[in-house]
Parts: sequence; C-alpha cells; structure tokens
Amino acid sequence: MPGENAAPVPGRAKQVNENQCNMCMPIGGVVAFKGIKNAMVLVHGSQGCSTYMRLANVEHFNEPFDIASSSLNEKQTIHGGEANLKKAMDNVIRVYQPNVLGILTTCLAETMGEDLDRIVASYIEEKKIAGIDIIPVPTPSYSGTHAEGFWAAARGIVAYYARPASSHRRINVIIPNISPADIREIKRILGLMGLEYTLLPDFSMTLDRPFGGKYQKIPTGGTPAERIAEMPGAPVTIQFGTTCPDSLSPGRYLEQEYNVPLVNLPLPIGLGNVDLFVETLANVSGNPVPEELALERGWLIDGMADSHKFNADGRPVVYGEPELVYAFSMACAENGAMPVVISTGSKNSLLKERLAPLVLNADEPPVVLEEADFAAVAAAALGAEANIAIGHSGGKLLTERYGIPLVRAGYPIHDRIGGQRILSAGYRGTLAFLDRFTNTLLEHKYATYRQKIKEELCTAEGV
Amino acid sequence: MEESCTLPRAATACIAERQDSIQTAGKSRTRIHCADDSLAGSVSQRACVFCGARVVLNPVTDAVHLIHGPVGCATYTMDIRGSLSSGSELFRTSFSTDMKEKDVIFGGEKKLAACIDEVVEKYHPPAVFVYATCVSGMIGDDIVAVCKAASARHNTDIIPVESSGFISGNKVVGYRAAAEALLRLIRPKEGGTIEKTQKINFLGEYNLGGEKWLAERYLREIGIEINVAFTGDSTVAALKRAPSACLNLVQCTGSMHWVAQNLERTFGTPYMDVNFFGPENTAESLRRIAAFYDDTAMMERAEALIAREMARIRPAIEKYRARLRGKRAAIYVGGAYKAIAIIRQLRGLGMEIALTGTQTGKADEYESMSRILSEGTIIIDDANPAELEKFLLEKHVDVMIGGVKERVLAYKLGIGFVDHNHDRKDGLAGFEGAVRFAREVYVTTCSPVWERARSPAPGGEAHAR
Repeated sequence: MPGENAAPVPGRAKQVNENQCNMCMPIGGVVAFKGIKNAMVLVHGSQGCSTYMRLANVEHFNEPFDIASSSLNEKQTIHGGEANLKKAMDNVIRVYQPNVLGILTTCLAETMGEDLDRIVASYIEEKKIAGIDIIPVPTPSYSGTHAEGFWAAARGIVAYYARPASSHRRINVIIPNISPADIREIKRILGLMGLEYTLLPDFSMTLDRPFGGKYQKIPTGGTPAERIAEMPGAPVTIQFGTTCPDSLSPGRYLEQEYNVPLVNLPLPIGLGNVDLFVETLANVSGNPVPEELALERGWLIDGMADSHKFNADGRPVVYGEPELVYAFSMACAENGAMPVVISTGSKNSLLKERLAPLVLNADEPPVVLEEADFAAVAAAALGAEANIAIGHSGGKLLTERYGIPLVRAGYPIHDRIGGQRILSAGYRGTLAFLDRFTNTLLEHKYATYRQKIKEELCTAEGV
Repeated sequence: MEESCTLPRAATACIAERQDSIQTAGKSRTRIHCADDSLAGSVSQRACVFCGARVVLNPVTDAVHLIHGPVGCATYTMDIRGSLSSGSELFRTSFSTDMKEKDVIFGGEKKLAACIDEVVEKYHPPAVFVYATCVSGMIGDDIVAVCKAASARHNTDIIPVESSGFISGNKVVGYRAAAEALLRLIRPKEGGTIEKTQKINFLGEYNLGGEKWLAERYLREIGIEINVAFTGDSTVAALKRAPSACLNLVQCTGSMHWVAQNLERTFGTPYMDVNFFGPENTAESLRRIAAFYDDTAMMERAEALIAREMARIRPAIEKYRARLRGKRAAIYVGGAYKAIAIIRQLRGLGMEIALTGTQTGKADEYESMSRILSEGTIIIDDANPAELEKFLLEKHVDVMIGGVKERVLAYKLGIGFVDHNHDRKDGLAGFEGAVRFAREVYVTTCSPVWERARSPAPGGEAHAR
C-alpha cells in the first residue's frame, strides 16, 4: 500500500488533513465512465456518496450528471449489499437503458468486503442480461485519490473490452481528467495532423452538451465500445499519463497484453509539451505539420515574448492532480515564472521523478509536496513568498486568507462558471492559459503597486 | 398497491415501486409514501446521514469540525454552507482524519485521538465535533470513548456525532445525530443552575447570507434579544447559554423540532414554529413572537414595523407580480417547511404551482402541503431526475426552485431556476429577502435568454420545447 513509510510532509500536521486538496477514488472513476458511449454509472455504497459526486460534477461541468446508488443502509451493511445492488441495477437498466453500466465501489462496500465480480456474474446469469456490459471497478477511497480512481476506471474499461484485433491505422489516445474544451482541442490537433484515432475516455460531448431544449438521460457522445475493443490493433498508444503508475495505466495494459507500443507524454500544455505531442504525431503519421498549427505555435511564442517580463515576477504555487501539476509547472517554468511550490494531494513518486530536472536546474528549487492538504500548500506558499496560484477551486482559501490570486484550472471548479470550458491544451490553449496567468499577475500588481510604493517610500519622515 | 390505482394517469412514476411516492393534489387524495430509505438505483437527489449532521452543525463558528473517515466525506462538505460569521472563521476549515487502508484494517481510534490532540494544540477550540462516517462506523471505532478520553485529557468539549452514512438513506437521521451532539454540548454541569432571561433562541436558522442578522434587527426593534441561533453564527459559549432563553423559535422544523422538544422537556422552555420566508410569514411570525410576551407596547412596535416594511416592499413586489402572474413554478427542496413557505411566496407573486416535492418531508407535512395546493399539482417525495424531467415538461413549468443538482436540469430544458439551497450566498428571508427572492424569480423566469435559446439557428430549426 502506498504511503506507509512516508516521512511527514514538510508543513503538514502529522495526522490531521486540514482543507483537503483531493477527492476520493470513485469520483474519478465516474468521470471516466461518462466518456464511454451510452454508459451509466452506479456507485455501490450509501446514498450520500453518489449525491456528493453528482453535486461536485454538476458544479464543475454545469451539466446534469446522473449517478445511481445502491443506497445501502444499516441492515445491508451488516448482512451484505447484494440484494440492493441487484435491485439498483434493475432500476437503472429500466430507466436509463444503458449499453454500458460501470459499477464503482465506495469505501463502505470495500470495507464490507463486497465481492463485486461474483455479484455481477450472478446477476447477469439470473436476469439473462444481454446487450449490456456491466463493468465493476474497485475504487476504495482510502487507497487513492480521484486521479487514481480515474486511471483505475479507464484501465478497467480497456481491460474489459480489449480483444486481439487485426492491425488498423487508428492510434490510441488516452487522456487523464481534463476539461471537455481540452479534449476537443486535442482532437482538433489529431485531425489537423491527419490521424485517425480512438480517444478514451471522451467526455467532450457527454459532459459539455450544446443547448438542445431537452435533457438526455445518457447524453450522446463518448468512446464506442467497439472502438475500445479494437484498441489492441492500433499502431501506437499515446497516453497523457507520465505520472500514472503502471498498475493503473491503460496504455501499459495494452502494451503488456497486446504489444501496442506506449508513448507516455505529458499533457500538451506549455510550448515544450505541445511540441512533444505534435512531434510525436508527425512521427507516427509521417505527415508534415500543417500551416495552421505552425501559425498557432508562432502566435504562442509571440505571446510568450509579449508577456515574459511580467511573468518573471510570478512566483506560482501549482497544485492538484499529478498529471496537470506537471504540465502547468512546465508551462510556468518555460515562461520564466518558476514555480516555488509544486504540490499534489496524491501520493505519487513519479511526479517527483519527472520534476527532478526542473528542480535541479532551478535558481531557487521549488518545494515539492505530495499527499498534501491545503494547510501544507499554504504554509509552503507563504514560506516561499508565492504571489500566484494555479489549480482547482479548493485553493480559493489561498486568495481569501493570504491574498494570493488563483488562476483556476483543473478539477473541480465549483466557485466559478465554466469549469468545462477552461482551455489550456495545445498551442491555442497554452496561449489562453498564459494570458490568464499574466493578466492575473498584472491585475494584482496594478491594484496594489500605488499603495505599496506609497507605504514604502512616502512615509511621514520621508517626504 | 391498491392506492396507486386511484391516482390520476398524469402522475405515473418512471419506476413502478416509486408510484406511491407521487401524489396529485385534489379530490382523490391518497397517503404519500415518504420518510423511508431511497430506492436503490433510483438516482435519488438525497444526501446521507453524515451530510445531515454536517449541515446542521457546521455553522458553529468557533468549533473544530473533525471528520473521522477517508478524505472524500470531508472534501465534499468542505465549506458547504453559505453561513456567515461575525467572529471566528474556524468552521470553514475542513478537518479530516484522512483514514487510509491501514487505519481501516487496524482501526482508526489511535489516529483519531492523535488528530484531536493535534487540532486542540494548534487551535485551542472551545469544542471539537467528531463526525463518524460510513467507514469509521463500519469498522466499529468507538468514537464516543475516544472523545470522552480526549475531553478529559484536554478539559474541552470533544463531542461525538454519530453520523455514519449508512445508518439510513435519509438525511433526517443526521439532523437527529447533530441534535444529540448539540444537546450534549449544552447540558449543564452537575448542580449548575440556569437563570432564565427574556431572550429567545432561534432554532433552525443558519445565517445564510446574513438571514439571522436580519431577523435579529427586526426583533431588536420590537424589543426582543436573540440569545443564540441554532446554529447560524453561533459560538460554543453562546450555545451553552441556550437554556437561559424564555422561548425557542423553530424555523427549520425538520432539523430542529426534536431539539426544541428536548429543550422543553429538560429546561421547561416552550417553543413556537416561525418562518421568516415571505412577507406574510415574516409578519405573522413577528406578531406571534410579540404576542408571546403579552406586552402591548411590544405588539404595537411589531405592527409599526410590519406596516412600514410592507409599505416599503409593496412597489417592488407589485412590479414583479405584474410580470410573473400566471407563470408556472416547480419546487423541489430539502424540507417541507421551506416548500410550504415558497408555495405561499410564489402565490403572492401571482404564480401557479405545478409541482412540488421534498427530499425529507413527513406524512403530516405533505398532508398540509396538499391542502394548500390546487387540484392537479404533482407532489413528489424523494424525486429523481427522470421524474423531475418528466413532470417539468408535462406541466409546462416556467421556473424551478431547488438546489444545485436541479439547476442544470432546469437550464437544459430551457426553464428558469432559483437557488434555495444551503450553500446559497444571498439572504432570502424577511421583507428585504422577499424582494430579493421575487427579483430572482423574475430575472430567471422572464429572462430574454430563453427566447433566444428557442429561436431558430441561422438556416436551421428552432429547438423544441
């Protein structure tokens, strides 16, 4: 089990977690399932878990986000939740008519020791279920964060469907929990590079739907099961999962089981990271980089030049899911705003490994925290005189309590509108992020510099 | 299921087993099925026992709220209330024991004790509420014993809240757990005596958007002081003085009736239901409170205040009523007291109620709700998105009043929405709040956005409603 022998994280109290920086495993899992075509999710546990997850996702995506629950109560907790889970499956199938039903466990179900595989198998046999794929994924909250839950579900989905397939041209693209806007941008770049692909999980349409005057119980969109089944026949897998441990990695699974070569790339956020992505696509496709992307790259560099002096004043704190934290840290660093604190709520040694060159070459090495809460992030930020933060809404306290402005990115965004529309990927997204970042610094500077200089220089004795 | 046969066809449930939880107001009245656990797989809008306890206790501003469980329960309820504080902001910090696999296997009592020690040493709070969650309850951690030992160790109130989520699928059970914790906190020391004052307690008032402060302003004007509110902008010390009040007002009956009954039994304090949502309710409540004191001057001051405020808000209310008359509303909220108050307010704005429901209403509450509704209004207990969508469309609803999960559903259907949730930031109580509420109903019901949304796209067709 990870985290056993960890030395106390600097700044974090020994035992208590004070203002949480991460969520629980199953909520990551439900987001992954929402990226599968005609899928519904059921959380095996007490009623509150599914409601909390719905609430958090509704606030972030601004879309209806249905999650069923087996609604366990005390009696079933003692005697086993099989009957309730089966009844829940009955009702969900009746109302939602899904082709895919993801079942995620909660800490309650795991503590009870529910044997999901057996229950699902007996349900399929009893009810003669056909045409519905029921995919159980264990996601005990005490074993990981929502980032791990997302990967676990994505891997579970791939492992369920993948079959030996004849070779085809479509490359596999596997993403972590990024915004629907980012997914669309990645798809656009893949298209511009002339590639056919299977992107998993694709919640760009299911969790960000255009207004249509109606509500779809299961929104159309998502990766089709048939496509997932054929992922083993792909020439390559590109996975944005440099911090994803092998045991949870869908791309690694495809490599180990079906010899699909895995290219693990950082998220295409930041010039360097997007270049890596585009270069990889050029190599894979054999196609030249189109004019359109070249222009976008040029505009990004132009923007970087325009803002570099302002950004040099930036002392960012970057926190959140490991994969996002890595990408945004690199984007900040290449713009001359070296992060002073890099932090994740996950226990993730790969992130530290990936960050090592950055840390080594920094004039002022950043503080790197893992398994951190916001008490630790805030303490480190104050210690390092941070003046800007990048991350999800949990960091609002950094602004409220310490006056550190926050550039919202990642998941969840619950105190602003449009979490699903925040674009940071690709050259265009990076430029959009950079403008948000620089303008936040400028806004802060212009709002405070008169007073600051006055206080510093224009004292009663001085002038 | 013979009862369901008498129900009109218009109100057919999406899941047969839910049929008795849906009623249609009118002559063929049947008893609604409610106050039970949610049906597995029905995608209920309800939360859990832990959530119930958390929302009731969270506004105690200077206490540490320590959640004993894996990290998720704490994350989801971090800063969950729009409650304002006049002093400490400690309640907005979310503490979790962050149980890991090791703690689940070997028991979490040691870690809990260590966490209590840590927070007490760091913050010196006057009290610590320790919330049980599914996992800590399931593995049998004796949080009562851990709290008792820690109380002795630190000479501080360390109060267990027995709120394991799985105890019931109904948040109301969590209200009870919170109530027990509160009663434990205010129990006077052996041999201690309580001197009664002329002040009142205000139960079930959470100071969302400063609503408690508003009520306080009214009451002060007519000569009444609030002793302490349960639990909006309260402190541990103020709560402990609760027995000194001469009257307990109960606003959120779902969460606080039981506390009021206990306070009456233990300290002989009578209680009275009040409601500050809507101008009529506010006026009636002020009159009844003043009448309790049996003081003519006080009653006159109350009448003067009511007359003045009513006159002040009338033009605004009239303006909105003119625009909202005949519009159709749906209400889906947590408790019945709130639903009934909103029905009255919307009626005051000339609107029709097409659908109403609650997460936690009780049979008698539904009974009184049904009595004030007109024939054909759908009443739902523990609704789910499929049912809400069905009836919103069938009943041609123009605006919905509810919580966050209902908001996106309404918007997807091109329907206006008003937030009446525990995390809202704007006060909707009192005379001022009534205007704010009316304005919000107006701006969303009559927003130009809906017309645009339904207009045809260039070269395309209009979206069906």
